[in-house]
Amino acid sequence: MAGSGKSAVATIDGQPIEVATPRRNWNIFSREWVLFILFVGPNLLLFTAFSYWPMIENVRLSTQRWDLLSPVRINVGLDNFRYLVENDTFHKVLWNTLYFTFAAVGLSLALGLMVALLLNQRLRWRNGARAIVFAPFMLSGAAIGIVWAYIFDPRFGLLAEMLGWVGLRSPDWLNRPEWAMPAIIIVYVWKNLGFTTVIFLAGLQSIPQDLYDAAKIDGANVFWRFRSVTLPMLSPIAFFLVVTSILSTFQSFDIINVMTRGGPVDATNTLIYYVYEQGFVAFNAGRSAAAALVLFTMMMVITLIQLRYSESKVHYG
Amino acid sequence: MGSRLSANQQLMLQRSLGYLAMAFVVALIGLPLFWMLSGSLKTNQEIYSTTIQWIPDNPLWSNYREAWERAPFGRFYLNSIIVTLFGAGLEIVNATLTAYALAYLRFPGKNFIFILILAALMIPNQVTILPNYVFFGINGFIGSVLGESWINTYQAIILPGASVAFGTFLMRQAFLGLPREVIDAAKVDGAGHLRILLDVVVPMAKPVIVTFALISLVAKWNDYLWPLVITQTENMRVLTIGISYLFDAEGNNEWGIIMAATFFVVFPLLVVFLFAQRYIIDGLTAGATKG
Repeated sequence: MAGSGKSAVATIDGQPIEVATPRRNWNIFSREWVLFILFVGPNLLLFTAFSYWPMIENVRLSTQRWDLLSPVRINVGLDNFRYLVENDTFHKVLWNTLYFTFAAVGLSLALGLMVALLLNQRLRWRNGARAIVFAPFMLSGAAIGIVWAYIFDPRFGLLAEMLGWVGLRSPDWLNRPEWAMPAIIIVYVWKNLGFTTVIFLAGLQSIPQDLYDAAKIDGANVFWRFRSVTLPMLSPIAFFLVVTSILSTFQSFDIINVMTRGGPVDATNTLIYYVYEQGFVAFNAGRSAAAALVLFTMMMVITLIQLRYSESKVHYG
Repeated sequence: MGSRLSANQQLMLQRSLGYLAMAFVVALIGLPLFWMLSGSLKTNQEIYSTTIQWIPDNPLWSNYREAWERAPFGRFYLNSIIVTLFGAGLEIVNATLTAYALAYLRFPGKNFIFILILAALMIPNQVTILPNYVFFGINGFIGSVLGESWINTYQAIILPGASVAFGTFLMRQAFLGLPREVIDAAKVDGAGHLRILLDVVVPMAKPVIVTFALISLVAKWNDYLWPLVITQTENMRVLTIGISYLFDAEGNNEWGIIMAATFFVVFPLLVVFLFAQRYIIDGLTAGATKG
């Protein structure tokens, strides 16, 4: 279209008239493909420089020993991976990651569904309540982590005093290996509950009312309607939330770094923290890159499962 | 259970339980935020008392001044604002231009390019921090080309996060959903692509663009790991990193002052939240229900 400069001529009653004569545009920007490159180029270039190329570079780094400073990098083949496979700390890191992910994702989803069901009732002020529940999701994890460190303070924190009401003594949450991870999980769930709630609410509101009416006519009570209508209709959304929440816990770094720095005794050292610690605290580029590759592989597998599932969903629906 | 209650009574009971549960949830989520605010106004004596003081007797506003002076918060603010505005700005421009090209321009292998951009979603920044750090250093690409390191620079904080996959996807969907006739009409009027983009497509897709802009702004403001890694000097730190200067994970904390400092970080977000929470929620749910 652009650039076809022939003047179009039509006739009415034998009289030639000119209609919509596209001016021949010699401006190079009118060429669609040039424009396409100009529009997409920067984005693609940035992706190449900061996502695709680093991915390849990361694989290379994972086969080297390097302290990030010296001009020489030593090729060590698969030594870094061998180290990770045999290293007790790394086993613990993997275990911590699973523990954190399962607990945080499970609780965020279960509680999010409960709160969503509650806020789906016709209650006054429910929009205000939804806003408050959602607020922590937007706030900086670093700031939130510090606020919660104050709440968890075993002597003067809010939680210690509340536990005191029922005659319990607060554990030293962040300094006890067995309590540090539960504390991190509590903070994560508190922060992300708003997200799962809001998504579940949208899902609940998209369920057609006729399904409930039909179930009612069939004599289904509240629990049966929940089982036979709500749950199956919510399952695609629940699946979406499981996947996004897993990916988000895998990348959850700020809360841990602020509250526990992976400690005490590696009790909250998760994969993403390990990648950071090996690279930028221990200056062990090779091990950091190898661990990052493990993290990437895990995330990739989960994303692929999601793609598979959503494809099959398309055929199904 | 409710057989002895009339239907009306049963409904009342149900309602009351609902409100009770809602109050409980709001308290559970709101209490930590309230605790931050009230803590930021407490004297040390009030903080180190063994009974809960919900509201300080005399709000100690000087905690805020004290916090501001303990670390260069003015500088942290400036850094956060620069990084957020440029980072989000670049994301928005990139997403809009890429989405427009993918939706309306002809190009060989366009679908492949779309898939290439979507695939980048699978490579989160967290996995590439180390190579990206090396890239900007004296040993890396920047060092070898320019002879200087870009560590501790704004461009190094901003650039790796300037490309967009999620936003591109979101906007492409929105652009494709616009009425084709309006765009064709603009074409017949002789409008070029730039005119169509700025005068037709952007105004019509405004809600999606605003939503994505808000999500992007919030994400940039809260960003933590990359700014932590790529900056080392105090004067290049952003707020999220800067608050840690007052906070000692080992204990010995002056909580009043620290809570005032965390409020510095959270305050702009609360403002955005008050005015735009609906937009953000809409954007996030659109990603979930249509994706």
